[in-house]
Amino acid sequence: MEQVGQRKIDGLWLTVVGIAVLFFLILPTLIVIPMSFSGASFLEFPPTSFSFRWYTAYLTSPEWMSATRTSLIAAILTTLIATPLGSLCAYGLHCSAPRIRNAAQILVIMPIVVPVILIAVGVFSLYAKLGLNYTLAGVVIAHTALALPFVIVTVMSGLQNYDFDQELAARSLGASRAYALWTVTVPQVKFSIQTGAFLAFITSLDEVVISMLVSGGDNATITRRMFNSLRDQLDPTIAAISTCLIVVSVVALVGVQLIGRSKNVDK
Amino acid sequence: MSSATQSLPIEISSLCKAYGSVKALDDVSLNIAAGEFLTLLGPSGSGKTTLLMALAGFSRPDSGSIRFGDQEVIATPPHKRGLGMVFQSYALFPFMTVAENVAYPLKIRGVSKSDQKTHAERALDTVQLGGYGDRRITQLSGGQRQRVALARAMVFEPQIILMDEPLSALDKQLREHMQIELKALHQKLDATVVYVTHDQREALTMSDRIAVVNHGRIEQVETPERLYRQPSSFFVADFVGESVSLPVKVANDTAQLGERALKSDSPIAQGSGGHRLVIRPELLEVTSGAVPETANDLSGHVHDIIYQGDSVLVIVQHDSAGQINVRVPANRAGQTGLPSKGERIGLALHPEDTIIVPEHAS
Repeated sequence: MEQVGQRKIDGLWLTVVGIAVLFFLILPTLIVIPMSFSGASFLEFPPTSFSFRWYTAYLTSPEWMSATRTSLIAAILTTLIATPLGSLCAYGLHCSAPRIRNAAQILVIMPIVVPVILIAVGVFSLYAKLGLNYTLAGVVIAHTALALPFVIVTVMSGLQNYDFDQELAARSLGASRAYALWTVTVPQVKFSIQTGAFLAFITSLDEVVISMLVSGGDNATITRRMFNSLRDQLDPTIAAISTCLIVVSVVALVGVQLIGRSKNVDK
Repeated sequence: MSSATQSLPIEISSLCKAYGSVKALDDVSLNIAAGEFLTLLGPSGSGKTTLLMALAGFSRPDSGSIRFGDQEVIATPPHKRGLGMVFQSYALFPFMTVAENVAYPLKIRGVSKSDQKTHAERALDTVQLGGYGDRRITQLSGGQRQRVALARAMVFEPQIILMDEPLSALDKQLREHMQIELKALHQKLDATVVYVTHDQREALTMSDRIAVVNHGRIEQVETPERLYRQPSSFFVADFVGESVSLPVKVANDTAQLGERALKSDSPIAQGSGGHRLVIRPELLEVTSGAVPETANDLSGHVHDIIYQGDSVLVIVQHDSAGQINVRVPANRAGQTGLPSKGERIGLALHPEDTIIVPEHAS
């Protein structure tokens, strides 16, 4: 009886801590949603009136639309480059000798470990020489570098749960390495690749620090513009844009989950 | 299967492969006849899998030559070697159906959809899985998966089939059943089979010839019976079959156990590290009276008697040389006149069963 009681108390603690963590993790994110529907001309919480005016302001502003377009194009291009590149890199590392793999893994994780501001400064100085500052290509290259580790790590973990003999079997049965990779290995790590692609997309879309230094003018990303806007005027448009960004992220996340689930059901 | 294809001989010469300072393959030469079932037998880490991977093209030897028929393949990539291969893990594609798995090599070869279907069905029939085509791999038992892997490896009628411990994941009964089935299947197919295993009994059961591999070298290549009865080294004698060995002295082509000269039908093989007498427990004869003059006398006292179901293992303390095991059938004939513990037992080792081997083959 005493043990059961103890377990109940433990369970209660777990619930309390769990709720507290969720509260502090999610609430600051969700708070912008009601703020975005405010009728006031400054950020207020809780909002006192309701309107769509800040969404209208966002959607009709050429500057905001241009920045949104830049960000979406950059995120899509980053995803399209980082996903195949990172997947192939993960595949290559998976096939390498353990000594090489371990060394390369450290190198590959670097962009996650090194403070982004250092990377940003480095990229900025390098781009100054190459003439890539304030260009879309510059943003995409830098974002790809940031996104690669996420793709590599997720795809490598997917490959770890995959019986590599299958690819050898396919090759012995007459498939070239590329064909075996495409028809046998890729379908089985598809979910990892999709997750990696999602992370790459979000990494680019959310990136602020490098964009602050490297993007600008017509090619300013939305995060850069939001940051500047926050500094200059506290305008609820920011809340409306944030809400849109949250929706995009959630939709992408749910999409990846649904694809993953349909795959599992299929199994 | 149709006999449009003809099996190919394999000629391996002076193959070397080193991983750092470890020689995985140390100057290996081996000729495998067309249509032969050859087993590479050895303990783990002996190099047998490295040799198979070299044949498959997945591991590039440092030097040497591999010929399939009259074609040098050492630089040929795996997918152009035209081999069927069966893996220990089966390596079936779990997201494809049984039929899709079996048809995979046909699809690559550009065979038409309808031909793919008929060939895959016929291959599945051959491995007694007719009608399983639409099943998913996850719905099959271990033995069935192994059969699918076999069907997939032979559906395109390869001239050479490689098998890497294909039965080791199965339980004992199924494994023994599949050994006999595989042997029968080999007789039906016109293909040279190279089979890797660490299970000596499996090797003896299935092979035309066995190549015993140790430390990256081939110790001996022989038919199962000759390998068992005339091992060339102590390693082979010890690894293949059950045995007890006693050190002997060799001088002037005669082996001596203690003070007594041993009579043996076969000449004593040369080698290094001294010689040993290898005694197979089932080859010793229990004599009721004195051991006949023509045989070697290994009599001693019964130390222990162990009942093992199909047979009884008698542990005998030899007068001078140590302990010897004798296996006696557990039927009445075997048990009649069997002395009890502590009593004297007459043991005859006939010259044709007297195996004397060098510690290391020359």
